[in-house]
Amino acid sequence: MSGVRVLVGTRKGAFILTSDGRRERWEVSGPHFAGWEIYHVKGSPADPDRLFASQSSSWSGQVIQRSDDGGVTWEPVGNRFSYDGAPGTHQWYDGTPHPWEFARVWHLEPSLDDPDTVYAGVEDAGLFRSTDGGRQWTELSTLRCHDSGPSWQPGAGGMCLHTLLLDPAEPGRMFAAISAAGAFRSDDAGQTWRPVNRGLQSEGIPDPDAEVGHCVHRLAMHPARPNVLYMQKHWDVMRSDDAGESWHEVSGDLPTDFGFPIDVHAHEPDTVYVVPITSDAEHFPPEGKLRVYRSRTGGDEWEPLTRGLPQEHCYVNVLRDAMAVDSLDSCGVYFGTTGGQVYASADAGDNWAPIVRDLPAVLSVEVQTLS
Amino acid sequence: MIRVVLPAHLRALARINGEVELAVTGPVTQRSILDALENRYPVLRGTIRDHDGGPRRAFIRFFACELDLSHDQPDALLPAAVVTGAEPYLIVGAMAGG
Repeated sequence: MSGVRVLVGTRKGAFILTSDGRRERWEVSGPHFAGWEIYHVKGSPADPDRLFASQSSSWSGQVIQRSDDGGVTWEPVGNRFSYDGAPGTHQWYDGTPHPWEFARVWHLEPSLDDPDTVYAGVEDAGLFRSTDGGRQWTELSTLRCHDSGPSWQPGAGGMCLHTLLLDPAEPGRMFAAISAAGAFRSDDAGQTWRPVNRGLQSEGIPDPDAEVGHCVHRLAMHPARPNVLYMQKHWDVMRSDDAGESWHEVSGDLPTDFGFPIDVHAHEPDTVYVVPITSDAEHFPPEGKLRVYRSRTGGDEWEPLTRGLPQEHCYVNVLRDAMAVDSLDSCGVYFGTTGGQVYASADAGDNWAPIVRDLPAVLSVEVQTLS
Repeated sequence: MIRVVLPAHLRALARINGEVELAVTGPVTQRSILDALENRYPVLRGTIRDHDGGPRRAFIRFFACELDLSHDQPDALLPAAVVTGAEPYLIVGAMAGG
């Protein structure tokens, strides 16, 4: 019997939601690591029982937890994230140079084929890799040391590497996104990097089409067509058909093109989901109506998905890592809100229902499809 | 024995119930206590002070004998009551946030 395991990171702990393939009845476990911020929990594609969690607090710093039994038990592994060499400076909010300082792990991306290898995107922006199941971490420093690094500037949420996509078709190719530097691509497993932001237009920076400096909120890829990338930028929903070499806007008829998450249907590479937010100043849905928008045409033409979602007095946000899809025959779509709800749709977004309503603010949602 | 009290989050992380009792060889200082604590519970490395005995994390405080020792030198000798175990060495999460 197939099923799903939804991994939820929140401001005050992690929760694991499990169901069979019908996705109607759910078991909820947690809070795991109660009281700690859990920025991200993700399972290894190579070993679904192996999970990694980023646990942190302002008091006690960073901890990485690992489970080898699907989240029943956990073990703290390595928490030493030391930048390679003298870390240098990036721009601070006031434009002055500011030393690179590790704050937390935003995103954990397990290898597609090796359960012992996992990547960590961190704040201040950098990329680390562990090849021993999370015990020791080594920086892939050429990204941070890119010539443009001293000009990178934090967004309001901090200067974080929040997205890492591993290309299943081109070994060694990966895409990283940094707020607020932009998107970067490596073709050699992280040894060298280059910005891939051509076509982006950002009015909030001095040179709107600069090579770097864009506040990319999230990237998404369909594994069967990895040269096509989707991007939710600070403003604008973007698409690339050439692995990031160039981008064009596909915001189309969205009510607003500001938002954080973006994801792709598990079986339809042209079906894309976003959650529009009113504006950069108003991080809540337009008109107090929580609407997921779906495009079945790879962008430009969008339809609101509202059935089962609150359509009045709703002022939550959906953060960048808080949407995911399962790969069951009828694709499931999931997202969590800053109001503590986790919504699920077992029919690709046509109908929604909350799995839980009253968790702490949700920071991340990942889904594992279990056989 | 030196008695050490940890905040709840760190007790949970290190799977500690109640106080920790530590034998410290040599001068009893904040550094020697934290070294002994981290040797017994490696998972605490980096959670109270930076790795390799670095500075105290900003939102952690050290109290003993109704004194705030947070800003004292790490190699300063601690009060006799801490050395004898009459008073615990308190590692405290600073009051912050909501």
